[in-house]
Amino acid sequence: MNTEVITISSEDYKETITNIKKDGFQMMVDLTAVDWFRKREPRFELVVQFLSVSKNLRKTVKVIINDENLSIPTITDLYPGANFYEREVFDMFGIEFENHPDMTRILMPDDWIGHPLRKNYGSGRIPVQFKNAPKVD
Amino acid sequence: MFTPDNILTTTIDKAVRWSRTQSMWPVTFGLACCAIEMMAAGSAKYDLARYGMEVFRASPRQADLMIVAGRVSQKMAPVLRQVYDQMADPKWVIAMGACSSTGGMFNNYALVQGVDHIVPVDIYVPGCPPGPQSLMHGILTLHQKIMDGEINR
Amino acid sequence: MKSKKINRYNLKALKKKFEFWATNSEEGGWSISSTDEGSQKMLEVEDEKKVKIQTGTEIIDDFVVDEDSSDDERMIINMGPQHPSTHGVLRLQAELEGEIVRRVKPVIGYLHTGMEKTGEELNYFQGPTNTTRMDYLSPLFNELVFSLTTEKLIGIEVPDRAKAIRILMTELNRISSHLVALATGGMDIGALSMMIFGFREREHILNFFEKTTGLRMNHNYIRPGGVAADLPDGWQKDIEDIIQLIPEKLKDYDDMLLDNPIWKGRLQNVGILTTEECFAYGITGPSLRASGFDWDLRKSQPYSGIEKFNFDVPVLSEGDVFARWRIKVLEIFESLKIVEQVMYQMPKGPYKIQDKKITPPPRKRLDESMEALIHHFKIYTEGFKVPEGDAYVAIESPRGELGCYIVSDGTAKPYRMHVRGPSFCNLQGLPIIMTDSPIADAVAAIASLDPVIGDVDR
Repeated sequence: MNTEVITISSEDYKETITNIKKDGFQMMVDLTAVDWFRKREPRFELVVQFLSVSKNLRKTVKVIINDENLSIPTITDLYPGANFYEREVFDMFGIEFENHPDMTRILMPDDWIGHPLRKNYGSGRIPVQFKNAPKVD
Repeated sequence: MFTPDNILTTTIDKAVRWSRTQSMWPVTFGLACCAIEMMAAGSAKYDLARYGMEVFRASPRQADLMIVAGRVSQKMAPVLRQVYDQMADPKWVIAMGACSSTGGMFNNYALVQGVDHIVPVDIYVPGCPPGPQSLMHGILTLHQKIMDGEINR
Repeated sequence: MKSKKINRYNLKALKKKFEFWATNSEEGGWSISSTDEGSQKMLEVEDEKKVKIQTGTEIIDDFVVDEDSSDDERMIINMGPQHPSTHGVLRLQAELEGEIVRRVKPVIGYLHTGMEKTGEELNYFQGPTNTTRMDYLSPLFNELVFSLTTEKLIGIEVPDRAKAIRILMTELNRISSHLVALATGGMDIGALSMMIFGFREREHILNFFEKTTGLRMNHNYIRPGGVAADLPDGWQKDIEDIIQLIPEKLKDYDDMLLDNPIWKGRLQNVGILTTEECFAYGITGPSLRASGFDWDLRKSQPYSGIEKFNFDVPVLSEGDVFARWRIKVLEIFESLKIVEQVMYQMPKGPYKIQDKKITPPPRKRLDESMEALIHHFKIYTEGFKVPEGDAYVAIESPRGELGCYIVSDGTAKPYRMHVRGPSFCNLQGLPIIMTDSPIADAVAAIASLDPVIGDVDR
């Protein structure tokens, strides 16, 4: 099954999604982000998957997000199902969605500091203590 | 029923410890995969009712035992502690599964690395997830521990 | 968006009913001033409103839908995270007005395990160990979608026998997952025997899983490049037993519940979800099919050779909780059909891809061949490298579209691993189906969506 992939900049984002909705892609099935820390400039990329159940097609939209303000318009007005996904991306990557109805953390506690899925955020590993191993504070 | 011919002598210690083991009501604290195995242990084939334990209480006030079944996240940790504090004394805790015992394979930012950071644990049941038999073994070990232990807790 | 909400508290209809009771006939009936128990005269001057209330012609109802009420009649109730019937650690903040739920906000994240971060630290060979623990009721589907995505990135096809084994195991897993959904759904509504029944039948399937994979849950059986082990000796006998046993037991469920007036009264016309709402919120799986839209990825975008087998996709049109319960029973029958066909058409051959770079050599070859030892060591320490690129693959899990998105940077570990859990998306339908319905229906609504919190929070 071939998926059409298009890459756009964040300025064209809203317009492209409006056109995709008009083209008959009824469902937004997935929205996530990729952090290209020290690999690409600009750093964040948003990946959105669309599904047309009438035409049996899939479409992937990749959006390159500006590094300066890290914000992008929301698509919850077009696809209400994007609500949880956008909150998850905000929680995990710190990308803000403008005009989102409830832009709060969804998975981590509200007072958590940092965005865990960024590449410069450590995994928080606690070293396993073996017998006679030097103590780690 | 009560005839003067039959006399049963025991110590109060033993009687109290025995009665504690025989109807130990767990609080429902199903978190993840292990909760499904805990439910399986409670239903037809394994039947926890044999130990007087089939009544999973929704209210911690009526429970004696907390089976922490599954991984405990940083967000869940305060909830878990509050449920434990609401339980009436004497109370026991079983950490069911690798995740609640040590953090398991998820050694990362999101999980509490072992529920013993938050509440005192009596029995650790290994496995990912432990089968109903393992859970029962853990429960019976806890019974043994209560029978051998002190009455004051 | 169309709204098919049924106004269960229709004041006008109720008034009409009570007027009929009070007057007892169309032509006036008895007079209010006297009763038929002798000469008991009522007071001359009586407050008209009071009389109406006493005789039932006027009803004082706190839960009138079409009247506005002040804010101080509303209260916020917190359900969960530790609640016996929220299917895990789901927390709901419900704003109630009397007994009617006005607004609901699901609060999730109480089981957030950081699996996507852990997935970036494990190589592709270890990946299924991680993903299998996401949706713990259908672990094999999680492994399958991860393996399919990895195979798509490398560009390999697994042997026919591996494909058939994957279909066999996943369809059995669909049955066991639906059985738990039926069991816990029944328990939530009060049909406790359903809970005992569902788990009893599930044990038969889990026994087969334990025999094949070594574990009852979280198998790590389907791996990139095939499956971990071949089916055990005498597996046909076990499958035959399952195929024979499950339909008999499902008939028991139908006898108990299908024509049960309490069950129907609790479930019918409750929590209606229309097709348009499903599209808008991205809800897939049995919930979409119960709303009358025929969409199954097994038919439309087949994976792992499932297009070779004959089966139907059950579709119901009501879209209520009863339809969502019924469709799970019907899907079990269809899955049994697939399992039976796979059993008779199981191809012979290897169950792993014959590629030294991806498949570790069999254990006994290590004693004979130096090369095999090197491959074994390389695969288990470094893993295999996957070419640069990204892929999204979706399959039909018991709860809907389960997708996996992997970005590879050419090393042995995924650069980014994201799983699109169906429960995460389906949970957004909860506010739609719970608003403006009584709090008693809330639990039925949650149970019908069948969310698995491990899949929601990951």
